[in-house]
Amino acid sequence: MEIHQFTIAQLAAQLAARKLSSREATEAVLARIEATGEQVNAYITVDREGALADAEAADRRLAAGEAPTLCGVPIAVKDLLCTKGLRTTGGSKILENFVPPYSATAVEKLREAGAVLVGKTTLDEFAMGSSNEHCPLAVPHNPWNLDHICGGSSGGSAAAVAADQCMGALGTDTGGSIRQPASHCGVVGVKPTYGRVSRYGVLAFASSLDQVGPLTKDVRDAALLLNAICGHDPRDSTSVREPVADFSAELGRPLAGLRFGLPREYFEVGLDEDVKKAVMTAVNRLQEAGAEIREISLPRTEYGVAAYYLIAPAEASSNLSRYDGVRYGYRDQEARELLDLYRRSRSRGFGREVKRRIIIGTYALSSGYYEAYYGKASQVRALIIDDFRRAFEECDLIISPVTPTPAWPLGDKSDPLSMYLTDILTIPTNLAGLPGMSLPCGFSSKGLPIGLQLQAPHFREDLLLRAAAAIEEQQGPADRRPQL
Amino acid sequence: MQIGSDKVAEMARLARLELESDEIKALTVELSGILEYVAKLQQLDTTGVEPVSHALAVVNAFREDEVAPSLSREEALANAPAATGEAFVVPKVF
Repeated sequence: MEIHQFTIAQLAAQLAARKLSSREATEAVLARIEATGEQVNAYITVDREGALADAEAADRRLAAGEAPTLCGVPIAVKDLLCTKGLRTTGGSKILENFVPPYSATAVEKLREAGAVLVGKTTLDEFAMGSSNEHCPLAVPHNPWNLDHICGGSSGGSAAAVAADQCMGALGTDTGGSIRQPASHCGVVGVKPTYGRVSRYGVLAFASSLDQVGPLTKDVRDAALLLNAICGHDPRDSTSVREPVADFSAELGRPLAGLRFGLPREYFEVGLDEDVKKAVMTAVNRLQEAGAEIREISLPRTEYGVAAYYLIAPAEASSNLSRYDGVRYGYRDQEARELLDLYRRSRSRGFGREVKRRIIIGTYALSSGYYEAYYGKASQVRALIIDDFRRAFEECDLIISPVTPTPAWPLGDKSDPLSMYLTDILTIPTNLAGLPGMSLPCGFSSKGLPIGLQLQAPHFREDLLLRAAAAIEEQQGPADRRPQL
Repeated sequence: MQIGSDKVAEMARLARLELESDEIKALTVELSGILEYVAKLQQLDTTGVEPVSHALAVVNAFREDEVAPSLSREEALANAPAATGEAFVVPKVF
């Protein structure tokens, strides 16, 4: 096994036993990025110098007998999270040269845990997309088949983990942006309960939905990385004070007695046969392991996408009004007057999908339309939350596919609505603020990864990870890796 | 629900975006399709349903009004496209 192939837990054990230095591990990962970077294109910025400096510091801590969880482990961060002194673009031309004066709380927490920050991964501009093709700075290629999308918006994070260009990564999930690329790239991705992880220092897309979470090579690593970033933060008014369990301690507990709900509606969305087969294989294995499987109903599932595409753009239209060419980011130099400066800077700085959503959101919030659009969507959101409340009276966890199909070829979906509809199975989780995750469960006939989705009640990430670890255990070790 | 190009132009004005006529044309077609799709929501009876803007029942998070350190002027101005060292510089307001 090569160094870059290690999981977080494997590398941490090697580092703690002093069999390997963080410098060696970091250099191995940087060499791997060098060797496969052009094929995969997962990074917007690789911070070689910073990573080696972090590694030196980690080696000093390790030598002093200090070893926090991630001490010396190379981690990548989606370029939506501010990193002090390191360019943060949001995947947009409007922030192409932005160097934040502070770090996101989640990044600070990674640093406290001793992580080595390798670089910033690509994403759909401002996290708006499901294929990571909406990015003027870097479009990533799926490590399993380079002609295919990685998914989005955290496509770079998923691709970097799948291609062994880091041990783990942070992404963000507003409507599926961690789970969907994790599924398409064959890695583990967790979207925590809304409020579990601070949003401070995360470029805002839709504030009532955005959540930071880990993408990793296996479930144990997801538990480690999630524990490192969770917790209350006074700088985010929506951050919760719920106690955080030691998620790693939950792994390995048996499944017997757990009730898994199989939502009928999630299987009625034009599911690809390979996806259905892979997910049902995992479901049958669960049953054999003593878990109870129940069919449940989430009747308002089909309305999730419609509600989301009013709520998220409405919030985005407000959040993105801060990009005006005055305090940071791109400024058009021809403007003669202030209003002209706003208009010209925004029009040249934002890409097509971002403009599209700003216009939808402006319309949904505008006078005369507010009640019919944003108001109605907010009521439907309440109904969707209620669907889950009822479902969790009958089951402990919900199991389903993550996406209707495996990854599609790059350039395949040019119509925005057809792209929006691919998130039908991940969006409801965000609307309800639930924790959810994607776990690899097989491959399509074309050799593309397939993920299964687990959802749990608020703050039950422990249950999510415990179930995922058991399913992973049943599947046995992965028998294939991307051929790069 | 069809939307006209004049409506798209009006929204662009409100959002401080300057769109070329071909951009407006394309957006008009796309937005009409999206609005037609979201009209699905009208199928649901939401009489008496309390709208939700936040998935968890959170209340305002207040803190003591205490002075705490913040960014220095230098740091705050570091990313400015134009600044005097004391303030952001913009073209005339009108």
